[in-house]
Parts: sequence; C-alpha cells; structure tokens
Amino acid sequence: MSDAPQRDKTRILDAEAIRRALVRIAHEILERNKGVHGMAIVGIRTRGAVLAKRLAAEMQAIDRHSVQVGVLDITLYRDDLSRIAPNPVVHATDIPFDITDLRVILVDDVLFTGRTIRAALNALNDLGRPKMIQLAVLADRGHRELPIRADYVGKNLPTQRQESVDVRLSEIDGIDEVLIEPAQLPERSGGRP
Amino acid sequence: MSERVIISGGRVVDPANKRDELADVIIENGRIADVLAHVSTKTKRNGNGASNGATVIDAQGCIVAPGFVDLHTHLRQPGREDKETIETALRAAVRGGFTTVCAMPNTEPAIDSRGVVEMVRQEAQRVGLADAQVIGAVTIGRQGKELTPFAELFEAGCIGLSDDGSPVGDSLLMRRALEYARMFDRPIIQHAEDSQLAAGGVMHEGAVSTRLGLRGMPGAAETVMVARDIALAELTGGWLHVAHISCAETVDLIRDAKRRGIRVTCEATPHHLALTDAAVGDFDTLAKVNPPLRADRDRRALAQGLADGTIDAIATDHAPHTDWEKEAEFDQAPFGISGLETALAVCITELIESKALTWLQLIERLSTAPAKIARLAAGSLAKGAAADITVINPSLRWRVQAAQFASKGRNTPFDQKDLIGRAVAVLRNGRVVYGL
Amino acid sequence: MTTTVQDVAVSPWMRKDLLGLWELSPDEIRLILQTAGSFREVSERSIKKVPALRGKTVVNLFFEPSTRTRTSFELAAKRLSADIINIAAQTSSLSKGETILDTVRNLEAFNVDIIVIRHQSAGVPHAIARKSAASVINAGDGSHEHPTQALLDMFTIQEKKGRIEGLNVSIIGDISHSRVARSNVWGLTKLGAKVTLCGPPTLMPKYLDEWNTRVTFDIEEAIEGADVLMLLRIQHERQESTLVPSLREYRLRYGLNAERLARGKPDVLVMHPGPINRGVELDSSVADGPNSVILEQVTNGLAVRMAVLYLVAGQGRPPAIEEK
Repeated sequence: MSDAPQRDKTRILDAEAIRRALVRIAHEILERNKGVHGMAIVGIRTRGAVLAKRLAAEMQAIDRHSVQVGVLDITLYRDDLSRIAPNPVVHATDIPFDITDLRVILVDDVLFTGRTIRAALNALNDLGRPKMIQLAVLADRGHRELPIRADYVGKNLPTQRQESVDVRLSEIDGIDEVLIEPAQLPERSGGRP
Repeated sequence: MSERVIISGGRVVDPANKRDELADVIIENGRIADVLAHVSTKTKRNGNGASNGATVIDAQGCIVAPGFVDLHTHLRQPGREDKETIETALRAAVRGGFTTVCAMPNTEPAIDSRGVVEMVRQEAQRVGLADAQVIGAVTIGRQGKELTPFAELFEAGCIGLSDDGSPVGDSLLMRRALEYARMFDRPIIQHAEDSQLAAGGVMHEGAVSTRLGLRGMPGAAETVMVARDIALAELTGGWLHVAHISCAETVDLIRDAKRRGIRVTCEATPHHLALTDAAVGDFDTLAKVNPPLRADRDRRALAQGLADGTIDAIATDHAPHTDWEKEAEFDQAPFGISGLETALAVCITELIESKALTWLQLIERLSTAPAKIARLAAGSLAKGAAADITVINPSLRWRVQAAQFASKGRNTPFDQKDLIGRAVAVLRNGRVVYGL
Repeated sequence: MTTTVQDVAVSPWMRKDLLGLWELSPDEIRLILQTAGSFREVSERSIKKVPALRGKTVVNLFFEPSTRTRTSFELAAKRLSADIINIAAQTSSLSKGETILDTVRNLEAFNVDIIVIRHQSAGVPHAIARKSAASVINAGDGSHEHPTQALLDMFTIQEKKGRIEGLNVSIIGDISHSRVARSNVWGLTKLGAKVTLCGPPTLMPKYLDEWNTRVTFDIEEAIEGADVLMLLRIQHERQESTLVPSLREYRLRYGLNAERLARGKPDVLVMHPGPINRGVELDSSVADGPNSVILEQVTNGLAVRMAVLYLVAGQGRPPAIEEK
C-alpha cells in the first residue's frame, strides 16, 4: 500500500530491523520478569497495540506460555484536550481483564515528549492498581518534557525537535519501516506574511 | 420661495389618466397645474428656482407616479408606542413612497368610537408628512360581539371598518355589518381566518411546518371564511374587502365572485408576493406573519391575480414589533413584518424585474386602486389634484438595513437583502417630505 | 467489546452544537455512534470516570419536566468529570418581560461551556445557539427534534442487529407531535433503514413527501416484516381530545399486545423512548418480554450522551497537533 520512502524521508529501520528489535525486547522482558507469570501487555492505540500483539506472539514463541494482551485508548486522558479543537476521535479501550496486581508492560511505537505515556499511566490507574508498570517502545527519539523513561527500547533515534518520526506497520500501513522526515515548513495561505 | 415646482424629465406613470410617457409635472400651490409631454432638458435644468421662479426637480431616469396609498398599516398608537408611534410610522411611510396610509383599529384602546378616530387624525395632522386615514373597528373592542356605531365612525372620517388582527367570526354579525355598511358605501375589511381551524398555528401548514414540528395554519382557514363572506356579500349586496390574501384558492374564489358581479375587492402584501414558508428556515421569527407565508404555488397565484386585476391593491400590512418581542421563542413571538420601507422595492424586484407586472399595473395597485377603495381623491396626477407624488429610481440597487429604518419596527425578513428600486423623492401637497 | 460498532475512519466533529439530526451527514451520525461505543466501556469499569471534560461547566436547562433525560445528561457529564448544574426553569413568559435569551445571557455571565436544553417550543435551542458562545445540545424542543434519543435508539438497533441499513423499522403512535419520531426518521433514513409510520390519520401529518417513509393506518401492516417496532407515547400533554376519541380507542386499534407481536418476526425489537403508558401503547407483557430492549435504551442513552458532550466540547479552539 505505501510507496517507497519519499524523496525527503530517510528510512532508519526496515522490516528486518524491526523484527530483530522486537525479538530482543521480548527476550529482555522475559529475562527481567522471569517469565510471563502475572504479566499483561497493554498496547497504546493504534500502532502500540499492533506492536503489543506482536510482542505477545514473540514471547509466547520463546516461553511457550501465552500472555494477556489489552488495547488502551488514551484520548480521554490527553492533557491538551481543552486546548485543541475539534476533540479527537476516541476509540474504545479493550482490556478484558483486571490489571490489579499484574505487571503491566505498556507498549508504544515512539517515545517522544512523554505526554502520551503520562496519559496512559493515568488511564491505567483508573482501571485498577497494577503491581508494576514497565514501558517498551520501538523507538525513543528524545526531547522528553516529563520525567518519563522507557525500560525497553528497540532503537534510540536522536532527532531534531521539528523532525517527525513515522512508524509504519504492515497490519495498518502495508509495510514495516520507520522513517524520519525533516521539518515541514508551515503552510502558507495566500497573501499572508 | 415660490410655490411652483416642476418635476422634469421623468417617466410619468399615471394609470388614472392612462398616461405612461416622458413628461413634466407642473405643481402650483400644492396642486397639479399641468402635465406636459417632455420636450428637452436643456431649458429646465437649474435646480434653484430660475425658470419662471420654479423649483425644478430633475427626474431623468426616474418614474414619476401618484403617491402610494396603503390600505393596511398598523400605527400602534395609541397603546403600543414602544412598537411604533404615528410619527415614526409616517416617517417610514414617506420613505417607502406612501403619501397616504390607512390605520387599522387594533390599537389600545381600539378605534371603536369617534374620540379615538379624532385623536389619531389630529396627531397625524400635527406630524404632517403623509396623510393618515382611519379604519374603524367593526365590533366594540374588536370583541366580535356588538357592532360599533358605524354612522359615528364614518362621520368622523373612517374609510372602512375592520376588526383586523381578528376576523368577524360570527356569520350573522358579518351579515349585519355588510348590510349596515351599505348605506355608507364603505367596505367591511375582513381579516379572513377561521379561528378554530387556525387555532394555535404559527406558520403555514405544509411540508416545512411538518418537518419543523410547528403547528400549522392551513390555507383552508382562510378560504373557508372568504367563501362564507362572498356568499354574505352576495346575499346583502354589501361591499366586502378581503385583507392580505395569501392562498391560490382565495384568488380563485374572488375571481369567480367578481365575474358573477359580487362587490368584492381585495389586497395582497409584498411579502406574500416575494416569500414562501421556506423563509421560516431555522425558526426565524422575522418570517412569522399572519396570514402566514405559504407555498410557491400560492405566491405565483397572487402574482397572477395582481396581473389580471383579481387583486385590486397592494397593501403593506405594516406591523412593527419591538426587537425583544421578536426574540421570543417561535411559538410566542408576535406575528408581523415591518413593511412600509421595503414594499416598493420588493414589488419592483419581484414583479417588475420578472415582468409579471408593467409599471402601469404596479402603480395602479399601489396608488390608484387603493385610493378608489378608500374613496380618496388621491392616486391620480390629474389637473387640480393634490400634488402627492412619488419619484422612483427603478434601477437603484440597495441593501436593506433594518437598523436604519425610520420605523421603530426592525422586524423584516428582508433585512440585509439586496433589492432593486427605491423612492428618491416624495411630495405631499407639493412639498417635499422625503428625499432630495 | 462490542463487535458490531465498526471502527470506521471518520473525520472529527466540527459543529459547535447538536441541534438535530436533520442537518447531520450520515458520517457525522456514524461518528457519534462509534464514539458512544467507546464510552460504553467507561460505564463498565469500577472507576466510572474519565477526565475528558474536567473543568468544563455543563448546564441542564430544562423547561419541561423530565427525570430520565435530565438524569442521563447529568450522569454523563459527571462521568466525564465535568461540573454540572441543573436548572428547572419556569416557562418564559413575555408578560414578565424576561425572554429565553435573557435567561441564557445570565448563564453566559457564568462562562458555561455547554447548555443542554429542553423546551416546549420548537426552535428554542436554535435561537440560543445563534446567540451564545456555549455549545448547545437539544434535549427536546417541542415537536421538532430529540437528537440524543434517536441516536441512542439507533445505537441500540445497531448493537442488536449489527447494522441499520436495510432494516425495516416501524414507528407507531402520535407522529404529528413527536420529536422522537422526527429525529429517528432523519437518522434512520440517512443510515439506510426503511421506515414505516403508523398511527391514526388525525395523528399522522400530511405533507410527508420529503420524509422518504411509508405510511399506514393499520398496525398489522406496520408489524408485518418489521425488524424494529418503535412505540411512541400517546401524548396527554401535547394534544387535545379531538385528535383521538379515547385512550381505549387508541389501544384497540394501535396497542401492541402479545397477539399482535406474535404475528411479527420472532426477533423483532420492541423499543420505546419512555415513559411507558402500560396498557395503552403496549401491554406489560410486551414491555417486559424478551423482545423488549427498553432498558438497554436507557443504558445506551448514557454512553450516547457522553459521546455527544465529548464531541461538542471540543469546539471553538485552535486545531490539534499530533504529539507523542
């Protein structure tokens, strides 16, 4: 579906690199938590949820036990809701199990300012009281605005603030890749300085 | 300053004297001295009283017509001076090209006795500007129960009688009124509305009211009463004038009655000629009027009725209301449109531009015919007639700004609309009362 | 999670107000239904609250009495962490010199964000929306519209039947005076349902050309082949005795009893906006029976109202920038 990387975008990770990163993270999670017992993986919509499912599959392949997966929509917990219009489309949260006392591995595609994770932590807090929350991300691009850090990182990507990081996954975009795009010039309407 | 005025170079449209040509109107001492076919502009152009000591008004490119006569105006005074006073209404009238208005009696108190008639006429005389004739009430207090003293009212100068705002519902009472008014040769002006059929209605009953969930007033509420009144006019030989007709079926009934020789006349308003129930839109109370704006077929039938003479006159039904009253919920807001200042332009935009009417026909409906119905010596540019004259720029495009109306009533659905045509000068008794 | 509410890619909500379904596009309606699906889950948690409308002020301005709708909006606002005030207003009376707009101007002085209004006169929410910076949600205006009711009705149908398109929906009762009927007709037809209107001629409007519905005066015809039966309350408050000779008459001809229901499809849904006139428009056995989804309508009403509050609250500010 998606075309080859556009003229200005740079491909940082290809499909194979993504796969290897996920496998490594799966091993790291299992090692640090000594297996999947008492654990759940919760992915943040939309691509975090895809990665969460892939991670769970990896871990099952290694550990031969299945692990519970949930999907979290953090729209209602965003800290900019009263500052932006229109309100973003909200999709459903689907965590069909009680997270209380579980080790929750929160999964997202890119870690940037940290505000999404802050919202996710608040959302999880309203759903129960996990024993512990760990964070796994495919890419960490720096520029944190809150004291948030990831426990598991697929790749560290130093970026400039204005650049954008574009994660594409085959389940949604038809291809696995991570791209960096240089800063977009602000759009000009005719005549305005 | 000389009392001689010449309106020069305009197209004089005077249906009473079958005139439609470029001509000069010569006015002396407040009366029309002569109307001469226009020769050239050269000798006349001087503005400040040079030629024979006369004031010259250059009417090139304009229509010169007898001043309009409105058979249906609500002056609101006495009683509701917050909505309008005689003074503000007459100022609005001349801005619209009207030199005579006929005041409806639904004031507080109602005009059902000589005293109130005189009060209105005296105040109008004090204000000057346009002439105000009075329509007396048919029943005491407009309650629909007892007839008013007709002789007293006509002697005081009433040109007709009406309970307008309400119909005369009781058939026997309407019969008596028509019979009794016969000896004065004056009309009973009926607001034709069957109160039970229309009860609770706030707009035309049709597709729009159905969609909006608003209670409708069916066309039948009007036609039922018109049919009844025509039968009574036939029975009594009296003179029935139907106010503000709105339905295609009413036009048909009246056309047929006239053909049969029954003495019936009628009027239609500019807003009924221009708008339909679609104007209500999103519950716009500015389009709330009684009778309501109806469907397109009704609008077209009214235009046809004006063209073929079934409808004798165009009357404004000028009904000013305060802003805050019209701000109420649609159910509660009062009915009415402030129409004096837009009537001419709406007619030109709707009827002249589309060639539904000729200028001769339009002036007949605005001036000559209503003058005849009110039996006034107006509506004519004959020699010796009072110089009540309206000079019209027929192609001037302008945007209606209700906030700048002379009338206190800003309630018009034509606000911010672009219209064509406007009175640019109005004379009464030879004196300029508006424009220039 | 409900499998029936599709996660359609829809564009965001752009209107300041929700005044009716007449002016909405099918996509806008789908957006509301989808959003409602997301909010249903909130009411199933132990902490039934999200901070989405934190710090916002919502006013319930009800000129007509209503416990059900008002409570539903109140709870919806609270579950979104908004502050809510209930005002049971007196009918605006011109003779008192204070108009509806005066009342609203007073509210504006408090900087309220959302006004939920129910009024017996059609068009009042529109008048307020024109003049007020606050978002206005129509909770029922005269006989004109009741958009959140129709939305929760459609949500319920979609839940139970998996779709709206192609379904046969019969609306039975006083159509003339029903805002629930109007909003449902606009909403259902926009999403492709086939709607039949049924009732006595005195309660059925004429001029229905633009409604795109079938009309019948025979309840048997309305029941046959219907997937959904929507019953309307026979309105005591809004009509006079000349319209229907008696409630007994009405029940004889148009009451949904067990026998009539049995002649319909076995899985037909029975719906009612409430409050029910037991023994008039439907019998108790039907109201409490297996085909009835009346209570689910109430539950879904909460999710739908949360969705609507959330969507209109997001207006009047600069556009979003996606950030992680």
